[in-house]
Amino acid sequence: MIGVALEVMAPGSYASFQDLGRRGHRRIGVPWSGALDPRLMRIANALVGNDEAMPVIECFDGGLQLAARGGVIRVAVAGDALVEIEVAGRRQVLAGWRSLCLADGDVLRLRRLERGRIAVIGIEGLALRKTLGSSSTYPRAALGGIDGRALTAGVLIPVLPATARRELMLPEPTVVDAAPIRVVAGPQADHFSAATLRAFGENEYLVTADADRMGLRLEGPALEHLGAREIISDATVPGSIQVPGNGQPIVLLADAQTAGGYPKIATVIGADLPRLAASRPGKAVRFELIEASEAEQLARTAETQTRALIASLRPLLIGGVDEAAIYACNLVSGVVDALSSID
Amino acid sequence: MSVRLLDAGDAAFTIEFGDRIDPAMLAAVHALDTEMARQQAAGGLPGLIETMPTFRSLTVFFDPLLTGRSSLIEALHPLLQAAEHAEPVQGRRWQLPVCYEGHAGPDLADIAQASGLSVDDVIGLHSGTEVHVYMLGFLPGFPFMGNVAPALDLPRRSQPRVRVPPGSVAIAVGLTAIYPWESPGGWHLLGLCPVPLFDVTRARPALLQVGDRVGFEPVSATEFERLSEALRAGDIDPAIWQTDTSVPVARDAA
Repeated sequence: MIGVALEVMAPGSYASFQDLGRRGHRRIGVPWSGALDPRLMRIANALVGNDEAMPVIECFDGGLQLAARGGVIRVAVAGDALVEIEVAGRRQVLAGWRSLCLADGDVLRLRRLERGRIAVIGIEGLALRKTLGSSSTYPRAALGGIDGRALTAGVLIPVLPATARRELMLPEPTVVDAAPIRVVAGPQADHFSAATLRAFGENEYLVTADADRMGLRLEGPALEHLGAREIISDATVPGSIQVPGNGQPIVLLADAQTAGGYPKIATVIGADLPRLAASRPGKAVRFELIEASEAEQLARTAETQTRALIASLRPLLIGGVDEAAIYACNLVSGVVDALSSID
Repeated sequence: MSVRLLDAGDAAFTIEFGDRIDPAMLAAVHALDTEMARQQAAGGLPGLIETMPTFRSLTVFFDPLLTGRSSLIEALHPLLQAAEHAEPVQGRRWQLPVCYEGHAGPDLADIAQASGLSVDDVIGLHSGTEVHVYMLGFLPGFPFMGNVAPALDLPRRSQPRVRVPPGSVAIAVGLTAIYPWESPGGWHLLGLCPVPLFDVTRARPALLQVGDRVGFEPVSATEFERLSEALRAGDIDPAIWQTDTSVPVARDAA
């Protein structure tokens, strides 16, 4: 019998454990997997006091329900989520971007996401086994997570009881904006005319419902190939924009195949890929072509921003709607710390 | 060989040796890959995450917080010329069982019609030609194998399947492959192989390595079931199908 555990009551549309991903095995066909938005993962872990690289639950849209069993469990929600907790039958609504404790029997629900479609749950005291260097779930080859599978109702996640520490919050989450998704042309930009490449940077594409952790299909003006519609299969990368014969682009994400035979017109930069991955079906996106050297610089800028966000975490303020949640923890030292650090 | 450098976003680039499947190109890719691994193991090439060798190119994945495209390319430049004169990759020899009977080969009749051969000739040509592992990719452990009989060089199916069963042996675009996992797929299916090609409990999860040579041994549906059962139970070690044990293996994972 498990001591303290987080029970998955409902997984929502798709929920799985992810960390920074599995490196070094693309040569044998194993994709990286890992959090689609590593920034959310790092913030969720920082909120519960974990190492930033610990696995988290990544979920799509609302619907995830978790219940504490056998003790007090600290979790955090990163993402623009409307969170509901049920304490002794009483329901209370909270905003995301904070840690909180669930006492034995308390339930946490992600009612809906206000923006985007990805939220991440950090869990204090989680210990998952690693396969090929990572706990990220890749169901196709039954790697990572719990038994290599996405989360399903009834799964018990063994955790350590919450420690006495302050609850934290992120005061100013970055707002997901409507700026264009920046891409670097290539590796097979020469399979398209200059006019097609220009049109790709000017036209609007709609995210279709065919979107998961492997990739998302877009719909818009067809991108016409200059010559052959297939290439000799070569390596893909997360962010590769493949153009199959019908001219409708497919953006590859963390769980995508490591090689492919469609020409790749461009590659989404790492700083913008999470924003695209979190786009809801029907959303219109635009692409902006930039140079590889600028893209590298943007990766460094994005990392600086992430570090600044994590450094900005501060103790949750007492007062307002969150007060009851803090007392629900029954962690006296946590309350004292929070009170003493009001600013 | 004219080497091209292709951009692949902010954290990768591809070194392309050419645009055809050719053993000399494969040798160049692997010589460069091996030399990069050697330098990395010796503490060089900081910020290099991993490389992905393919038929004709090597994709280099790096951490843009630790290095950049231009400094890596500068470090790799002296290695390119040596790579172009590399010896072919040496691998092991395998003789893998394949059931070509009944539901195991749903596209056999179509392949026979498209190639103008009888079903028996298709099976004979496929099983009778030693193929070479050119690259792994698409799915964990999925081998792209070349040197297929020219009569079996068919384009992909016009309608890809949503679900290809694991173990499916397939042909398309002059290559043959075995799907280690259930997956969507556009190749023509002609048989089932019971041997698991990927197993994380093995020291080297992928059974086949680039450079390996593979022959196929036709087995009956009954024998296929017996082998599948024995492999599941752990009573058979897949190494029994390796027919040449003297050759060292190529590099597996970084």
